[in-house]
Amino acid sequence: MAIDARAAGRSLWSMPALVIIAVALTLALTAGPILLAGANPLEAYGEYLVVPLTSRYTLLEVLVASTPLLFTGAAVGIAFRAGYWNIGAEGQLLLGAIAAAGIGQATGDLPSPVALTLMVAGGAAAGAAWAVVPALLRVRFRIDEVVTTLLLNPVALLLVNGLLQGPWRDPISGFPESPRIVTTAELPQLVERSRLHGGFVLALLIIIAAWYVLARTPAGLRLRAAGLSPHAARFAGIDVPRTLLRAALVSGAIAGIAGMSEVAGIQYRLTSGLSAGYGYTGIVVATLGALSMPGIALAALFLGDLTVGASSAGRALAIPSQLGAVVQGTLLLVTIGLLAVRRNRLSRAVEPAAGEVVVAVEQVPGAELPPAATAIDEAGELEVDGRPEANER
Amino acid sequence: MNQANPGLAGSTGAAGSAGAASPAGSAGAAGSAGTAGSTGAASPAGTADIAVELRGITKRFGRLVANDHVDFDVRRGEVHALLGENGAGKTTLMRVLYGLTPPDEGEIRIDGRPVAIHAPKDAIAAGIGIVTQHFSLVRPMTVVENLTLGRAGGFRLDLERARRRAVDAAERFGIRVNPAAVVGELSIGEQQRVEILKALARDCRVLILDEPTAVLVPQEVDALFATLRRLVANGLAVVFISHKLGEVRAISDRVSVLRRGAMIGTVPGSTDERELARMMVGRPTFGVARSGTPDPAAEPVLRVSGLRATGRHGLPALHDVTFEVRRGEILGVAGVSGNGQTELVEVLSGMRQPVAGSVTVDGRELAGATPTALMAAGVGRIPEDRHASLVPDLSVAHNLVLERLDDFATRTGLDERRIRDHAQALIERFDIRARPDDRVATLSGGNIQKVLLARVLSREPKVIVVAQPTRGLDIGATEYVRGELLARRAAGAAVLLVSEDLDELLALADRLIVLYEGRVVGEMPAAGADPERLGILMSGRGQAA
Repeated sequence: MAIDARAAGRSLWSMPALVIIAVALTLALTAGPILLAGANPLEAYGEYLVVPLTSRYTLLEVLVASTPLLFTGAAVGIAFRAGYWNIGAEGQLLLGAIAAAGIGQATGDLPSPVALTLMVAGGAAAGAAWAVVPALLRVRFRIDEVVTTLLLNPVALLLVNGLLQGPWRDPISGFPESPRIVTTAELPQLVERSRLHGGFVLALLIIIAAWYVLARTPAGLRLRAAGLSPHAARFAGIDVPRTLLRAALVSGAIAGIAGMSEVAGIQYRLTSGLSAGYGYTGIVVATLGALSMPGIALAALFLGDLTVGASSAGRALAIPSQLGAVVQGTLLLVTIGLLAVRRNRLSRAVEPAAGEVVVAVEQVPGAELPPAATAIDEAGELEVDGRPEANER
Repeated sequence: MNQANPGLAGSTGAAGSAGAASPAGSAGAAGSAGTAGSTGAASPAGTADIAVELRGITKRFGRLVANDHVDFDVRRGEVHALLGENGAGKTTLMRVLYGLTPPDEGEIRIDGRPVAIHAPKDAIAAGIGIVTQHFSLVRPMTVVENLTLGRAGGFRLDLERARRRAVDAAERFGIRVNPAAVVGELSIGEQQRVEILKALARDCRVLILDEPTAVLVPQEVDALFATLRRLVANGLAVVFISHKLGEVRAISDRVSVLRRGAMIGTVPGSTDERELARMMVGRPTFGVARSGTPDPAAEPVLRVSGLRATGRHGLPALHDVTFEVRRGEILGVAGVSGNGQTELVEVLSGMRQPVAGSVTVDGRELAGATPTALMAAGVGRIPEDRHASLVPDLSVAHNLVLERLDDFATRTGLDERRIRDHAQALIERFDIRARPDDRVATLSGGNIQKVLLARVLSREPKVIVVAQPTRGLDIGATEYVRGELLARRAAGAAVLLVSEDLDELLALADRLIVLYEGRVVGEMPAAGADPERLGILMSGRGQAA
């Protein structure tokens, strides 16, 4: 019954309300650990969320911290929308960083726009290349990409460390860091006396482009259909495997650009600590943003805020900065939980009036529920082929 | 309805006399009370016999009142049918009884005492069992394991004993199932049989059957009814939810009719079909049936020859299936579900690769073609699982164009305005009760079927492959769908109609073929077809004609 669904959409269970509830619940749940760490929770939340927004420098730092999350959130969001559970953005990011660092050392006298274009293209290609094997395994042999993409992440990190210990070890300092990239290969600074760089703009452009493609083009609608209901998509003549493959490659490419952006905008070289788990945090961002690109942008900014806050709160309140990660993790779990409850509520409201659907909540495709949430939720029993045979209803 | 107190749900009118033999006059007017009659001889009435009583049940979903002060009861030793169209509130009422939906008002009494049923476990403890239209089976497990689940006590699981018990139960209740089969590999019809068996095998005092016969052939329906009669004679109370009038009349001692959430009345099971239909829809209904005969000289459009295909797990499902469908003809495919119909439709829909054989449309070879190629060749496909053929979480408008997005794209992206206009036009033409932006998941079954129908028929297909087009639909929607198919036939389409509803096949098809174990075991004109003989062919006991 359409009326009920819309009513439910407006009520307590609407998306913005859900995010607010999720944040409030998270704060309540993390009060315990913060108290144990010897701080006043309210004060800690102030440090985490409000203080970063109060000074020019920290505000810009929030944007800096959000930049890689915008990329990885978009990367994960696109893949999840297609029903491809790419957990490998971390590895794809590192490969993008390797390519960017390699190109950035070698561009010599090329003008900056050319060098940067080459680095973006190289980063994207490397990220996509790291994504292609799991994607092919999934499409051809139905091998679960959650496992393969995840397991390739530490492999990518080993590759980085191998390079840094071996051929790319900085010849001057001897540190396990690559040589510095040439100055024309650096992303331009956006604001004086800050670390905010051109990668932020690039990330926003990618988010906008991704939004447009998903929401306004035939390819985007096909991708969404393939993710929401692979069987129905195939029935309608959509080449679901090819759609998945493309989504996986685009996802890997965007994650690769995230690595390029960190190399060319922040580190100016390849380091082993280049990514603070941005690929994994991208999953949090995408889920929290309900897989919609505007939502992902907001979620990335929010988590950037939290990241900056967590490091300063550590100093200000003498609590472990890891508590920031605890808050992040709790937020993810609470969000997933609320999305599941919401799906439950909506389907119950919809069911009887629909006249056909009867009992099991899990048989009803979640009302406006981003499939990602379901997927993470049930990660243990992910069905790679999107259950084409299942008679779920 | 309790005879001693025949006041009817939600209606203020006086109830008819309990002894009324002919209900036609008193129960007809919409909204007025029906006749509180009962087949007194079969089940001696009295308060003491009432197993479960629902009183003043009201349930609202937002602005929709699903149940409006509904009274309903079922006695020991009777089948009490709950009749009504989809959305009339039958399922909601039973969900309330089973503890799945908390009512806003009203009470439930069991053996005369008010009880609180908050969850299915309360209902089960109270001796209430339910078989819904949707299965609560564990798909990767075998039939035996499913039947044993939840009843196995102790530490050790004696599967051999469980198997014997399952076979025994299957025989006792006259339901054919292979106990070793994995449920997920069974057809929808077979799965439902397991469900019914599972519920029957449990000792419950009140059994709710929510459209249990939808996938059974006449003989199986007869067997089920015989079983129900046996169980009822032993004191079971059965609530039989249906919108099939013939069935309801055949099995029920009493019939209660719900319409738009309100109890219209309770009448004896012997009540005339037209009368029941009028109570149910508020107007008399007219059957939709074909007229005229197709031109015997018309050229065949769809030719299938020597088609072989495997089903799930690679077992042969179709053996040398050969037939042709001419312009302006409806070829009906009769058969018990699980005899190759699903695979046949999947092959013709581009969803399953055949092993051998040929499928041609106007001479063009299409065996193993993709959905896109089939659509391009003019094949319209309406498979049995309509929910899985649309994307429930996309809007009606997007679902209507999903097959041909390129026709609705500009150079910069989707032409949303044209998509909406297209949807609006089809919504009007096909009388879909929805707006373009409504998600398909929010529509009723009938409207979902209309969306699929609109998507297919709006492209004027030369060949229509359609399976179970009216399963689960109410009378209004059924008539509509059948009318549309006949209109396409009149317009010259070749229609392959797969249905388990013999009445549907006999009303619509020009010719019939019967599938049994993947083979065509009979062919006959529908005009003089004898249901008895069809039933024999469908059960594999006849010779090919």
